[in-house]
Amino acid sequence: MLSKNKTGWLLLSPTILILVLAGLVPFFYVLYVGFFQWNPLAVDPSLQFDGFASNYRRLIFDEIFLESIWRSIKFSVVTLSIELTLGFLLALSLLSSFPLKSFFRSVHTLPLVIAPIVVGSIFKLFTVQGLGPLPHILKDYFGYTLNYGLNAEQAFWMIVIMDVWHWTPFVTLTLLAGLSALPQDPYESAKIDGANNFQIFTYITIPMMVPVLIVVIFIRLMDSLKIVDEVWMLTGGGPGYATRFTGIHIWKEVFEKRYYGLGSAMSILYLYITIVICWVLYSVMVARGKNED
Amino acid sequence: MKTKKTFAKIGTTFLWGLLTIITLFPIYWMILVSTRTPVELFGKPDLSPTFFEKVHWKNFTKPFIDGIYSDYLFNSIIVATSNAALVTVLALMATYALSRFKLPGSESIFFWTMTNRMAPPAAFLLPLFLLFSTVFKFGDFTLFDTKIGLILLYCVFNLPFAIWLLKGIIDGIPRELDEAMIVDGANLFTIFRKLIIPLAAPGIAVTSLLSFLFAWNEYLLASTLTSVYARTIPTGLSEFVTTTGTNWGTMAAVALVSMLPALLFLFAVQKHIVAGLTFGAVKG
Repeated sequence: MLSKNKTGWLLLSPTILILVLAGLVPFFYVLYVGFFQWNPLAVDPSLQFDGFASNYRRLIFDEIFLESIWRSIKFSVVTLSIELTLGFLLALSLLSSFPLKSFFRSVHTLPLVIAPIVVGSIFKLFTVQGLGPLPHILKDYFGYTLNYGLNAEQAFWMIVIMDVWHWTPFVTLTLLAGLSALPQDPYESAKIDGANNFQIFTYITIPMMVPVLIVVIFIRLMDSLKIVDEVWMLTGGGPGYATRFTGIHIWKEVFEKRYYGLGSAMSILYLYITIVICWVLYSVMVARGKNED
Repeated sequence: MKTKKTFAKIGTTFLWGLLTIITLFPIYWMILVSTRTPVELFGKPDLSPTFFEKVHWKNFTKPFIDGIYSDYLFNSIIVATSNAALVTVLALMATYALSRFKLPGSESIFFWTMTNRMAPPAAFLLPLFLLFSTVFKFGDFTLFDTKIGLILLYCVFNLPFAIWLLKGIIDGIPRELDEAMIVDGANLFTIFRKLIIPLAAPGIAVTSLLSFLFAWNEYLLASTLTSVYARTIPTGLSEFVTTTGTNWGTMAAVALVSMLPALLFLFAVQKHIVAGLTFGAVKG
């Protein structure tokens, strides 16, 4: 039995080794650096200790950082609500049959496999002033000026549109997979009892879909909280701070300003917030799983 | 009643048609841009499919033949392929261990591997950068700006998802089969070769294709942890933005080329993409 366990650990060891070296070690390292003042470009480029919480104390009053977190959360909630609504409607429509359905579905899958940085490039080419057709179309037909290089509000919503374009298919396909796996009996009894479509949807479909919905919310929320690539490509975080999400803010503080100590503290807070949100959703998932048993 | 249904059908088809146009239009425009000269791109956007008449091939030859983008492409291919191979082998071993041996704490290990996928990479940029360039040092060799560094690093987000995907499949292979083989005197290697790999083949294929795709698409870590020798194609794309006076045609060409594997894979993984992206939590 012992030798059997040994074989098991042997098989697991490379995975554990890599995950410790590239996951745990960086975590403890960033935790450690977060306690110091460290700027390699400063007069004194060594690690300076001035109390455990000095960086964290600064961050609590760092409006730009706090705003970037608030912006990330706002962005996640906005995109999630749009994608969930759209994705649910599209998934429902895919349950019925109509001409060219499988073709439409295949095209709908396409954005999912495109790299975020390429999505950023596609949207840049499509919407940039002077080149992209979108500003021209909006100007000529609707008299609307689109220039997100100058307009903060437009920049934020442009990112939202890009994210919806990129990730609604994920929501659609996941919900469709969930919908197709639902048992048919409740629907039949509801129809016999004379329930209308709206009642069936609110009292049967939605409650039965809750586990799948939570999975979708969980994954989309985690992914949109860490958005960097496509934003970096499209707006670079600007204009001003309009699209500076937490990931971009940390990148700028660390690699442009070289605030290693402060940047580490930011990373830890960012991780902490992500973990808390993650944990809350995970607990909801587990609690629901227990109720069902 | 019947006409109502027909109307619903026409309406749905129309809406999906519109959606398809919205999905494809930006991609179509990128293809147009990649085939045009800077002069042709000047002024009012021309949406007609001019690539049937004339393609400005220089947009492609300039970065990929005269420029360094062929190196980037080569690096991307090496990194994504090696990472996919490594992840598949390691994940098979780890999943077999998690599925067949009652190891103490294996549940927590499984959960811990998953958390690695959820963490925002931006939070790990600085420590990884410092570890890669100064701490993990072997003589003169550092992991910074090497393909090996990227190959190992991408395991952090590919392994968890690969283990999750394979776990369902290996759990589904009856234990009695391996036990029968052990009684016949087969060693672990034979069990993998004769039993696990053939039975899990479709799952292994999907796992390696999706790992390849995620590694191919990764940008943030590659851009921070490489500078010259190990740049991948996504980092090359971002270089277009920082230089002044972007050459849109070349940028579109590079974006198009970097999208090709994704397009090829789409047909192979389409059915499994939901399971892949949701870690198998929702069967696609």
